[in-house]
Amino acid sequence: MQRVGVFVCWCGSNIAGTVDVAAVAEALKNEPGVVFSTDYQYMCSQAGQDIIKNAIAEHNLTGIVVCSCSPRMHEATFRKTAAAAGLNPYMVEIANIREQCSWVHKDMTTGTEKAIILGKAAVAKVNLNTPLTPGESPVTKRALVIGGGIAGIQTALDIADAGFPVDIVETKPTIGGKMAQLDKTFPTLDCAACILTPKMVDVAQNEKIRIFSYSEVEEVGGFVGNFDVKIKKKARYVKEDICTGCGACVDKCPMKKNPNEFNLGMDNRPAIYIPFAQAVPKVATIDPNACNMLKNGKCGLCARVCAAGAIDYTQKDEIIEEKYGAIVVATGFNPISMEKFDEFAYNQSKDVITSLEFERLTNAAGPTAGHLERPSDGKSPKTIVFVQCVGSRCDACSEKGKEYCSKICCMYTAKHAMLTRDKYPDTDVYVFYIDVRTPGKNFDEFYRRAVEEFGVKYIKGMVGKVTPEGDKLKVQASDLLSNKQLHIDADLVVLAAAIEPDKSARPLATMLTASMDTNDFFTEAHPKLRPVESPTAGVFLSGACQGPKDIPETVSQAGAAASKVIGLLAKDKLTGNPCVAHSNELMCNGCSSCERVCPYGAITYEDKEFRMPNRTTKIRRVASVNPAVCQGCGACTVACPSGAMDLKGFANSQIIAEVDAICK
Amino acid sequence: MNKNFIQEEILRSSGVNPKKCMKCGKCSATCPAYDEMEYHPHQFVSMVENGDIEPLMNSKSLYRCLSCFACIDRCPRSVQPAKLVEAVRLAVVRQQGKNHLTANDIPELIDDETPQQLLVSAFRKYTK
Ligand SMILES: Cc1cc2nc3c(=O)[nH]c(=O)nc-3n(C[C@H](O)[C@H](O)[C@H](O)COP(=O)(O)OP(=O)(O)OC[C@H]3O[C@@H](n4cnc5c(N)ncnc54)[C@H](O)[C@@H]3O)c2cc1C
Ligand code: SF4
Ligand code: SF4
Ligand code: SF4
Ligand code: SF4
Repeated sequence: MQRVGVFVCWCGSNIAGTVDVAAVAEALKNEPGVVFSTDYQYMCSQAGQDIIKNAIAEHNLTGIVVCSCSPRMHEATFRKTAAAAGLNPYMVEIANIREQCSWVHKDMTTGTEKAIILGKAAVAKVNLNTPLTPGESPVTKRALVIGGGIAGIQTALDIADAGFPVDIVETKPTIGGKMAQLDKTFPTLDCAACILTPKMVDVAQNEKIRIFSYSEVEEVGGFVGNFDVKIKKKARYVKEDICTGCGACVDKCPMKKNPNEFNLGMDNRPAIYIPFAQAVPKVATIDPNACNMLKNGKCGLCARVCAAGAIDYTQKDEIIEEKYGAIVVATGFNPISMEKFDEFAYNQSKDVITSLEFERLTNAAGPTAGHLERPSDGKSPKTIVFVQCVGSRCDACSEKGKEYCSKICCMYTAKHAMLTRDKYPDTDVYVFYIDVRTPGKNFDEFYRRAVEEFGVKYIKGMVGKVTPEGDKLKVQASDLLSNKQLHIDADLVVLAAAIEPDKSARPLATMLTASMDTNDFFTEAHPKLRPVESPTAGVFLSGACQGPKDIPETVSQAGAAASKVIGLLAKDKLTGNPCVAHSNELMCNGCSSCERVCPYGAITYEDKEFRMPNRTTKIRRVASVNPAVCQGCGACTVACPSGAMDLKGFANSQIIAEVDAICK
Repeated sequence: MNKNFIQEEILRSSGVNPKKCMKCGKCSATCPAYDEMEYHPHQFVSMVENGDIEPLMNSKSLYRCLSCFACIDRCPRSVQPAKLVEAVRLAVVRQQGKNHLTANDIPELIDDETPQQLLVSAFRKYTK
């Protein structure tokens, strides 16, 4: 028989306001096993914890029940208290009489009655508790960063700086992400390349960092501290270690007319290409769908002009297997497709562009060498209309757009409008907005400068329709404040397209068993208190893959994710969660039900020899749980038809005892 | 008629929830009949939301809406302003309390080009 102590907390008036705490302590005194019961104002305080410690010593308690707030809040606190008094921490049970009782009831009688019932259930459970000891597992001291945008770059640099090796896997031929495509950056207007490319060089030169560019994560196994990852290095038909990035091949390649992804298809690149001059790694890549040699076996010019002899038409995809202690997801975002927004004539006119295309049009390294020209005829636009919120803030049932605010477009539109007026003062610039959302340091001041100093015409209202007519774009819009419908003849229309997570994020999340929200942004473990950790142990989040973010926010989150990774990698061993599943081999019939439901792949089967009557033996297939991988979700215990699977600390018998106590 | 009652009637018969409107004005930006209207589509939504229905019912331009449904197509919040316009028109008709169409009028109206559906809905709308 256990010797149980009960500690009822008032939580100031949070609990005591609707629960008669003294009555609860009194009622629980008579429960089986209870030898001590008391109440106190703040159990979690030093004085409260001392009451618990003293009672454990004085009454020789073997188990305790704390009737207080949610275990999410203070279970860890009280486990530590128990451990300090020499009690196994898993002999502590929490009855949640705050969130699930006092906060939801208004009436003292009902509140007290329910608190007593919850307390009885906890006492019934603790009577069946057994001391548990968590296992330990070693930590592989290397991190994997998936995605090489500014988020991945910053995270990798910070981890490497602490002395741990890091690998970056980037699907494109170069790292840099969206920031590499930007011209200048708000709110300070520094040129993106000037602040990004030095960081890219740092990554390239850092001995602790390896870059797997043009590569993808194929498979993830293992668990926190011990992930096994397969990385596919796609064939780029160029030997990375030999290519000097001289670009001779790029100049000579005859297959010149392929849409240049880096410039969003606004100009062309050859079949063999280096995305941009500051690419890291600065290595050529052959596009197999464009190269005549790879398609038809004819040409081979690049191999002939390459002085280094780096071209290899026979290169194959390569699989690299590596172990990691921690994984950081930094897969970023993309603007949504404008295909469905017929009203803005994006498909009908080359002069209707997205804001990211506008960045390339104004970038000195872009298709027009930084001269703002209309894509259709190269003329300088005299009237430009910017449209905000295209595809953002839509109704949930909208098929075209997203429900959320994309967060960055108000600011970059102000930037585009301001820079245009600065460089081309004779241009008329209109911005149509629903709201201007600029809640960042120096952000609203920035937007006001666009209006007051640079004379950008901000109009509260939306564009309803854009019709190409001759060489003009007829823009029909509303000006809500003057209650007018406007008709503007524009030369260029720029759409601030909503942003969405990269399409590869969903399958990646499945591989990582990391959760996502309905918009496919990765979910954080706690929106306020654990913003850079995913709920899956050892998987961290950095940048816009977790939600829309500008560069300052991305970089702070990247650093935060790195510090969490460093904290993990600094440990030699990880203490596991002892509340894991285990199967009773004598009852297991090897049906595989549990394996199918386990979201973490913790269950395998082995053929085991069992002794049978009359000195015979029989080989049977039975389930076995890897305690280091099991997260204790309990799915298998419910799926198991023979009742063989059970969860330590949450055994079926314990749950039934709780239910019985409640229903008594 | 009671102001709240008409508002409820309009909301019920149109199935529109004006609270979903985010006041972007895209409906009015899109509307081809804008200049002929006293109250524009976004104002319709706002005024119905506020129960300010009298002026809408008395507005001479109530019938200027072409029922082209451009506003319905483009509203980012799926508010469906044109349905409110239609519901206000219906409220006007109902209030007049007259039979604008009787069963006897129907045979005369039938010809090869008029879809039957049109007559059925006209009968439903314009008959007490
Ligand atoms: C038009 C425009 C203008 C902007 N202007 C500014 C500005 O002036 N100031 C500012 O602060 N912010 C600005 N931003 C926002 C800025 O671009 C983002 O904050 C920043 O790029 C987010 O960085 P990231 O690394 O999270 O994502 P990204 O830049 O998207 O990088 C993600 C990287 O991961 C890679 N990747 C994706 N999936 C995988 C995968 N499965 N495996 C491996 N790699 C993968 C991608 O190829 C990419 O390289 C602007 C954005 C836009 C669209
Ligand atoms: S940031 Fe501004 S433009 Fe972008 S969706 Fe939000 S409100 Fe609209
Ligand atoms: S408890 Fe959950 S994680 Fe553990 S083995 Fe069962 S299903 Fe897998
Ligand atoms: S388009 Fe829709 S959301 Fe915008 S003002 Fe009109 S009704 Fe409201
Ligand atoms: S349905 Fe009526 S209100 Fe809506 S856009 Fe057409 S004419 Fe305007």
